[in-house]
Amino acid sequence: MRKTTRRTPATVLTYLVVGIAAVLFLAPFYFMLRAALMTGTQVTDSNWHWLPDPFTLQGFTDLFDDPSVPMAGALGNSFVIAIVTAPVSPLLGSMAGYALARISVPGRGVVMSFIVVTLMIPTSATFVPTFVLVSAMGGVDTLWGVIVPGLFNAFSVLLFRNFYLKFPQEIEEAGRLDGLGHLGVYWRLALPNSGALLASLGTLSFIESWNAFLWPLVIGQDPESWTAQIALSTFLTSQSINLPALFAGAVVTILPLVAVFLFAQRYIVQGIAATGMKD
Amino acid sequence: MSDTATTGQAATAAHPAGVRPGRRGRRTDWRAVGAFAVLTAPTVLGLGLFKYVAIGWSFLLSFSEARGTVDLGSWIGFDNYTFLLKDEAFRSSMTGIILFTIFIVPVTFGLSLGLAVLLHGMRRGRAFFRTSFLIPAAVSYVVAALIWKMSLFNGLPSGVANTIGGLFGWDVQSWIASTDPPLYWIVIITVRLWLQVGLYMILFLAGLQAIPVHLYEAASLDGASRWAQFRHITLPMLRNTSVAILMLILIAAFQAFDEFYNVFMTTTGNSTAPVRPPLVFLYDTALKGQDYGVGSAGAFLLTLLIVLVTLLQGRLVGFGRKD
Repeated sequence: MRKTTRRTPATVLTYLVVGIAAVLFLAPFYFMLRAALMTGTQVTDSNWHWLPDPFTLQGFTDLFDDPSVPMAGALGNSFVIAIVTAPVSPLLGSMAGYALARISVPGRGVVMSFIVVTLMIPTSATFVPTFVLVSAMGGVDTLWGVIVPGLFNAFSVLLFRNFYLKFPQEIEEAGRLDGLGHLGVYWRLALPNSGALLASLGTLSFIESWNAFLWPLVIGQDPESWTAQIALSTFLTSQSINLPALFAGAVVTILPLVAVFLFAQRYIVQGIAATGMKD
Repeated sequence: MSDTATTGQAATAAHPAGVRPGRRGRRTDWRAVGAFAVLTAPTVLGLGLFKYVAIGWSFLLSFSEARGTVDLGSWIGFDNYTFLLKDEAFRSSMTGIILFTIFIVPVTFGLSLGLAVLLHGMRRGRAFFRTSFLIPAAVSYVVAALIWKMSLFNGLPSGVANTIGGLFGWDVQSWIASTDPPLYWIVIITVRLWLQVGLYMILFLAGLQAIPVHLYEAASLDGASRWAQFRHITLPMLRNTSVAILMLILIAAFQAFDEFYNVFMTTTGNSTAPVRPPLVFLYDTALKGQDYGVGSAGAFLLTLLIVLVTLLQGRLVGFGRKD
């Protein structure tokens, strides 16, 4: 009995457990949407309502009408930050990674160690000193103050270096024969052939910079320079809370990421698999 | 010639120690040096400034009296460090984060491994479930904290947890404000699980897919049970993956900030929070209180703790051991 029928009950059990887990993982999205589309009184009604009745977009209009929460401007700031960071950060990693993999110069090892050592420094050690530095440079309340310190990533340098170490020698030599120098080979041949890695790291950078909290909080002291996360967090702790508007804020803050997620899930999965595993 | 001279100069400026010309008599390829310098300069300058210079400055600040200023000069030796080590708030933030880490690390690890193993064994619907578990990973801590605080675990009878509890006849709990028993831990732990489990599950799935199928086939022929296969094939083959994941969960846990800040923040700040992890403490000290000396010293103490625990964990699970 055990040997022959074990497969079926085990499979049923697997689907049951995974199914329950999936419901638990997706449920918070439902609770968020539910509250965003309800009226304020219905959200706090102690009789449970599965669906909003009446169904209303009042929360969304309230959100953008509320002068104490500059949500529209904050979403704009977040867009600028994410759209600059997503391509630039992997590009810088690819440039340095290519040089370290393919251009043999004296002292290359020193540059390599200089970059790799920073991997061992946790963020906790750098946020106070980086704030000190950026504020001395006049970066408080500016978007560049939020963006620039996050652009340099030793880990993406390493990933690109490993990638370019395997870049075919023949392509490089063909480029040479056509008269390309090191920069030409990189720009015309190596970079255009790094699409998948650029896309993976770019997608992850987009998500990461869109969701970043501590650093934008430290830099954005003036509401004009808040990101969506900071505006939402401020709204969450403000004196009088309009609950549907608050949840509407959560919805609009998630929407761009859901879009990115649906269109680029393949790159996200590849990116996590690539960046999560250091060896 | 003037062209090579300028790129050479740029190289020397960008990498003082990096690209000095080779030994006399050996011809240096200046074009290669120039290209190398152009490509590495942004990263080297950026990391140099935002990591090396920043940390060096902060290290000096940690030995200075620096309130409301980031100027160096008034040296006070180890006073900032001794102040922190005696400070009740800092010590409780350190014990708080250790407690949090002890909870979150095994639970995150176990759940992500468990889900990965279950998904890996599925023939149908794997992609759908993978997406369901991964979607929360794209959500920010602020949004998650908002849903947890205002919907799932709000203290009202209409809150989700209280509604479900009501079905079982439980009393309405205040959750976040509940310190006896400390139910706020449930809130804090589940936020992070929701956001992180999918991420590590993907890593475990990648590790599982790399295990050769013939190992299982051979074990099945020998009559090994599912559990025996898991213990003697899956776990050992996942060792490198597991060590890396453990390290990632651990380091991330020690640097927890977002969910604590947003879950416990009230209109009067977060001083009433039952747990204030080190990063929140440092934020309050250095950025709210503008005491950059003590803030820097705290950052180094936390870093020291992270390094020690990482090394210890490496020892325990045998990091770097090759099969």
